[in-house]
Amino acid sequence: MKILVCISHVPDTTSKISFTDNNTKLNTTGVQFIIGPYDEYALARAVEIKESVGAEITVINVGEIDTEPTIRKALAIGADNAVRVNAFPKDAFFVASQIASYAKSTTFDLILMGRESIDFNSGVVHSLVGEMLNIPSVSPVMKLDLNGTKAVVYREIEGGKEVLELSLPFVAGCQEPIAEWKIPNMKGIMSARTKPLVVVEPVAVEEESIYLSFELPTAKSGCKMVDASTPEKLVELLKNEAKVI
Amino acid sequence: MRIDNFESPDLYQVDDLLSDEHKLIRSTVRAFVKREISPIIDDYCQKAEFPYYLVKKMGELGIFGPTIPVTYGGGGLDYISYGLMMQEIERGDSGMRSTASVQGSLVMFPIFQFGSEQQKQKYLPKLASGEFLGCFGLTEPDFGSNPSGMLSTLQDAGDHYILNGSKMWISNSPKADIAVVWARNEAGRVKGVIVERGMEGFSTPEIHNKWSLRASTTGELIFDNVKIPKDNLLPHADGLSAPLQCLDSARYGIAWGALGAAMDCYDAAKRYALERIQFDKPIASFQLIQKKLAEMLTEITKAQLVCLRLGQLKNLGRANTAQISMAKRNNVEIALHIAREARQIHGGMGITGEYPIMRHMMNLESVVTYEGTHDIHLLILGAEITGIPAFK
Ligand SMILES: Cc1cc2nc3c(=O)[nH]c(=O)nc-3n(C[C@H](O)[C@H](O)[C@H](O)COP(=O)(O)OP(=O)(O)OC[C@H]3O[C@@H](n4cnc5c(N)ncnc54)[C@H](O)[C@@H]3O)c2cc1C
Repeated sequence: MKILVCISHVPDTTSKISFTDNNTKLNTTGVQFIIGPYDEYALARAVEIKESVGAEITVINVGEIDTEPTIRKALAIGADNAVRVNAFPKDAFFVASQIASYAKSTTFDLILMGRESIDFNSGVVHSLVGEMLNIPSVSPVMKLDLNGTKAVVYREIEGGKEVLELSLPFVAGCQEPIAEWKIPNMKGIMSARTKPLVVVEPVAVEEESIYLSFELPTAKSGCKMVDASTPEKLVELLKNEAKVI
Repeated sequence: MRIDNFESPDLYQVDDLLSDEHKLIRSTVRAFVKREISPIIDDYCQKAEFPYYLVKKMGELGIFGPTIPVTYGGGGLDYISYGLMMQEIERGDSGMRSTASVQGSLVMFPIFQFGSEQQKQKYLPKLASGEFLGCFGLTEPDFGSNPSGMLSTLQDAGDHYILNGSKMWISNSPKADIAVVWARNEAGRVKGVIVERGMEGFSTPEIHNKWSLRASTTGELIFDNVKIPKDNLLPHADGLSAPLQCLDSARYGIAWGALGAAMDCYDAAKRYALERIQFDKPIASFQLIQKKLAEMLTEITKAQLVCLRLGQLKNLGRANTAQISMAKRNNVEIALHIAREARQIHGGMGITGEYPIMRHMMNLESVVTYEGTHDIHLLILGAEITGIPAFK
């Protein structure tokens, strides 16, 4: 059983976001980077599978050298080896193309990743990778049980859940509670020192998008209370102040 | 207890002086504390109960004996890693850090440093994993700051020793599986032995009604003609310098630990000051509150630098007792002061278990006393400066 887990390297959820280079780039000074939380659940599930039925886990990240501490953490949590595709992860299409290209070179029984990264939140890399490899992709997966070469997955859908049976291989975009979130231990951190981390150069991908600029959402303004006896005041505010009607 | 959103301050970008692995270790232990300690600790402290189940979890995490070689179940990590672990654990609670300090520095360290190969193999892996809990018996009812006066005796009785005496204020003792105990032999030399629970004549009554370290268990060790197999003598420990070396190692961890407690108080106070509105503004807008916060951060920053440099010296094998005394003394003092100021910033809320402040403050009253009191460390530094020991 070979599992590929795709991890993103994203700003910690508590980071204060600002931009540089004329608002075309994230300002990374003082920002702590972490494994994308959904990816971390995917990794945790892979480690659980490894612990129960045995598996070799490879983690892949498309990123520049500064993502290596994040990759080492994934190794500390329980991945066996890692691949870094040496390129800035420009957009979902670029990232998916790199992952698919690597996945073609080695056969995997399962490709797991988060339902979305928490920086750009596009949530399409899993479907793109599935399409590029011509295998099924499912997301968001809350539960994944393996049974030989088949798997039963529980998908969150509007107002309920969908239960699917699939044959391996496939791609899954994961979310909690697919696995118990794992904290590495010191032994894992020590062994991560010597686990292989291979750097591969990216394949050429046609440029699909360029960043024009980023802007922050407008700061939340205070809440105004309008007395129930004066609905006309509310209408007036919505019309003239909020300008929504 | 509120959700633990702790973040450590880093005004001087000390993080740049740490390796990626150090930072991973720190964030790992921080995540452990947020998941396992913060949610339960106030409750255990209020009940004055030791969350014994955490011993196993701390063992799995690798908190016990991280600097002991991997072959004996340790972590094989450096002293800065150890320091950062103690910082993070004590950020959660000084009692939990005490459990870890005792296990790592006062039980595993002496067995590793002064024990036989057979003792190392027998005890170290079980202590590292948390299967065994250990304690360290040096202090006696009548000999605290002056351990050289100890009365406990170890007599050679042919194929075994006979241990008599009692030890007081022993962290972990009521739950410990083994105790590293210091006693005098017939020649008056201080010797170390490993006493196991279940040995006849050995008991560990608990000390109740503490107002400090309420989630850590403290007790006595009583030896009434306990037969100790000869194999349980630490063969390479001779004289008081052996237990004092253990204390150096533990005090080093306490210097970092106290910094963790200080950071938690500062972080809580900063958050509270920004949220709490009085006179129509956050109290953080008042100069007197800013003064408190600014002074806290100044002291924390200085302590961070002291810890890091001391860690580098430890890694080089060059840290001496006076340096460690200064760091332990300074950091516990600033932590206590910061806890008191943070308590004031929290107003009435500061005395409740809703916030960690009062717990840290009360815990630190033990930390300032154990492993050498505040004044004894001052005298150690005084002796270093003048060459004249003023203890006696
Ligand atoms: C919660 C807790 C856990 C502990 N855990 C352990 C443990 O696991 N193992 C262990 O062996 N011990 C442990 N101790 C004991 C601790 O190390 C002692 O309490 C400490 O060394 C002080 O000894 P004492 O309490 O007898 O105080 P004393 O030595 O009686 O000191 C009383 C006061 O006199 C001062 N004083 C003493 N001598 C001098 C001097 N020469 N000049 C100036 N001032 C002086 C001291 O600074 C102090 O202020 C623990 C203590 C506590 C509170």
